[in-house]
Amino acid sequence: MTVQNNGTTTLKAKDFASDQDVRWCPGCGDYSILKQTQTVFAELGLNRDEIAIVSGIGCSSRFPYYMETYGMHSIHGRAPAVACGLKMANPELHVWIVTGDGDGLSIGGNHFMHLLRRNFNVNLLMFNNQIYGLTKGQYSPTSEEHKMTKSTPFGSLDHPINPAAFALGSDATFVARSMDRDPKHLQAMIHRAHAHPGTSFLEIYQNCNIFNDGAFFAFTDKETKPETGILVEHGMPLRFGTRLEKGIRLDGTKPVVVDLEKDGFSVDDLWIHDEKDLYKAHILSRFFDHHNLSHQDGYLPRPFGVIYAVERPQYDVLLHEQLAEARQKQGEGDLDALIAGSTTWSIN
Amino acid sequence: MSVKTEIKEEVTIKFAGDSGDGMQLTGSLFTDNTALEGSDLATFPDFPAEIRAPQGTLAGVSGFQLHFGSRRILTPGDEFDVLVAMNAAALKSNLGRLKPGSLIIANTDGFDSKNLRLAKYPDGINPLEDNSLSGFEVMTMPVTKLTMDALKEFDLGKSEKERSKNMFVLGFLYWKYNRKLDSTISYLSSKFKRKSDILEANLYVLKAGYHYGETTETFTTTYKVNAAPLEKGIYRSIMGNEALSIGLIAAAKKAGLSLFYGSYPITPASDILHYLSARKNFGVVTFQAEDEIAAICSAIGAAYGGNLAITGTSGPGMALKAEAMGLALMLELPLVICDIQRGGPSTGLPTKTEQSDLMQALYGRNGESPMPVIAAKSPSDCFYAAFEACRIALQHMVPVILLSDGYIANGAEPWMFPSAADLPEIKVQFAPPSDGETPYLPYLRNEDYVREWALPGTAGLAHRIGGLEKEANTGNVSYDPANHEYMVKIREAKVEKIADHIPPQSLEVGSESGDILVLGWGSTYGVIKSVVSDLVEEGHAVAHAHLRHLRPFPKNLESLLKQYQKVVIPEINNGQLSKVIRQHFLLDVIPYNKIQGVPITKSELKAFVQQLL
Repeated sequence: MTVQNNGTTTLKAKDFASDQDVRWCPGCGDYSILKQTQTVFAELGLNRDEIAIVSGIGCSSRFPYYMETYGMHSIHGRAPAVACGLKMANPELHVWIVTGDGDGLSIGGNHFMHLLRRNFNVNLLMFNNQIYGLTKGQYSPTSEEHKMTKSTPFGSLDHPINPAAFALGSDATFVARSMDRDPKHLQAMIHRAHAHPGTSFLEIYQNCNIFNDGAFFAFTDKETKPETGILVEHGMPLRFGTRLEKGIRLDGTKPVVVDLEKDGFSVDDLWIHDEKDLYKAHILSRFFDHHNLSHQDGYLPRPFGVIYAVERPQYDVLLHEQLAEARQKQGEGDLDALIAGSTTWSIN
Repeated sequence: MSVKTEIKEEVTIKFAGDSGDGMQLTGSLFTDNTALEGSDLATFPDFPAEIRAPQGTLAGVSGFQLHFGSRRILTPGDEFDVLVAMNAAALKSNLGRLKPGSLIIANTDGFDSKNLRLAKYPDGINPLEDNSLSGFEVMTMPVTKLTMDALKEFDLGKSEKERSKNMFVLGFLYWKYNRKLDSTISYLSSKFKRKSDILEANLYVLKAGYHYGETTETFTTTYKVNAAPLEKGIYRSIMGNEALSIGLIAAAKKAGLSLFYGSYPITPASDILHYLSARKNFGVVTFQAEDEIAAICSAIGAAYGGNLAITGTSGPGMALKAEAMGLALMLELPLVICDIQRGGPSTGLPTKTEQSDLMQALYGRNGESPMPVIAAKSPSDCFYAAFEACRIALQHMVPVILLSDGYIANGAEPWMFPSAADLPEIKVQFAPPSDGETPYLPYLRNEDYVREWALPGTAGLAHRIGGLEKEANTGNVSYDPANHEYMVKIREAKVEKIADHIPPQSLEVGSESGDILVLGWGSTYGVIKSVVSDLVEEGHAVAHAHLRHLRPFPKNLESLLKQYQKVVIPEINNGQLSKVIRQHFLLDVIPYNKIQGVPITKSELKAFVQQLL
């Protein structure tokens, strides 16, 4: 904490760390997410008392215990519902939800969907490690097909959820993706999530080095990531590749990978990312090919960055407007009149 | 022919018809009118689980029972003096509960061959014509035809005209019981404010029904029921769910808090959501959540944020909320969970009443998870029970279960209501801001073992709470064995300590010792009081005690129970309170149980208690 000349204090990242020992496994991707969040909160100049972090159950959901803010470690999958209630009771709070792929998409999939469509002004960080960590290694709803785990010794039969597409299908107003291994990008995305009015959904690829080590290696490794992933930025063409020699072109509604050096297309022919375009966001969210296929023709690189961001009225704001309007139209409620009801009679 | 008027001391009317016939409304309007006459009354609506069960069938019969009189009325009545049967099915399904010689008002248009077939009468048999009703006084009238005739000149569709036929019956009954039409005219005028043609049609039919009685010479007797000797004061008619809703608003007001109600539609609790959602000018926030779990979790979030937070449901929803109740208990936040019980298990009997969630309320969570449980005993008592549940939740930082049931939720009675100024304040103090120099201890406790309510947003109090076991005082996560045992014990002690802040158990009727104590809880109040009052009057040493607090029990309960030779516990379940009392006090109580989805009748309970004397 630094005291400024004018008497106000500026908090540093470490001021957002609680006095509790962090108990994630050494090497867990969660450490990076915790650090980037603390850094961004300090950069934003937020006060510790005005933040509440609500989580569910799972490794990621231990997050609130390590933050020197208000926090609630609730029950499995239900953090969005708790957070909605808190936001309705106190709309001034900065409410952050921390969840994982199992917590948020399996047991809590219902609440996740309804949070997004209602568009409460809260932020949701989903740590996606494609595995159940705290229960020691069962496949999760984002695990790839045929995954061999403790509960699927013959390979998983489940088709994985595409979280970004799920979010857009639920009419989310902010959908972004980042990863634990890219601190700068993650910080930028946390900043964007905070700035967005409405529910911000930030999916974070997070490595579970114990039960699913390297799940996102192809997207984070220097050698492979230029080919497997693509950074999307509003107003910029979709380019990727080691020398940014590749790009995405829209042929009608079909995204096509083109080689700018070989295929006779220029940058001007490429898809320019527009984070306000819902239809293009839907297409982008469907860039969900397995990274093992990245050497194959037609492989679409996994997008990172803000996929979609638009403004829509927020439930908590509408709610308080409706309350104020009712009070204005009907006058402040009179308890005696309420108790008496419309018809009374006397016994003398 | 001259019309004579007979004075009756008490009357039970059953309005029965197809679920689309408007019997609930007819019954309610007649009830309001009765209340204005000063009679005491009790009602019992009884409707099918389907919104529009196949027309004309036995499954589709919807009923509304009203018992009123010039003396104290505590039950909706065992048997009927009057049955309004809008069709054959309505007659068939209620015939068994008619008193000998009682009056049947039958709509002959509901007894055509199709209706008779749907009611499963054998071919060619019409009960109105085969002398099978000779033990009753039967008045037949073609209500549908008379309604259509009355509205001949009206420019309305056939079905719109037909829909007002219940007003014809109501008008006729107003004539039969020497009533004024004013209360219903004013109701209709407000309901159809913007539909003047429908309003006029309904008023016209209402009056046509009244005049039909007046001018048709066949009907020679009318009845009058005088005012009851109720306590002096100002009254209104109230239904349980409405009283409960008002009680919640009153508690919020008296605690200086905003009210938050998170709920998911479920019979028979939905009316609370409807009522509260229309009271936004009281600052009431209602949140129709995506499911039962989200409903309680949103309330937990609102409680964390400093609201008086409530969730409401029925048995199946209670089952879904169990894990979240455990969370609220660990967080030690104030929360009220209203369970408007219905027949179970599983989906059970959604529209029928039962008291079978007591065990669920007391024990239905994982781990050692004691929670205060209180119960409402009558429609108007739902107000006081709700207020008390909020008081306990707020002053003891604990989730509280409030039990009501379908019978009192939808039943109505006259209520001499209190003024807002007479209600006690509920003192609530949030943890004050701190300079943050020393770490905040969210689980420090006062002399009642109650922790502070520290709201997010308060300077210097940042702290974390959650469902993992907490270390005493700090609230940090702790797996220490001794700490867990201590915390389990202290959470229980906190709930038991509430007994210091509730009144001792009193008697409704009877003296402090004797042969039999009839002990009840919840909606059996009226029937027990009625039975025990009779027996006391007849000179027996019988008493009635009714439990408001089911956990913790009042401190004097054990000594009170032991003043009687026998303790009888009537319940609309398979003996749940009986088991709890036996377990607590090693007392061999005598259960009296009825599990038929309907209230216990006075005659059957009286006969049971009598044979024990």
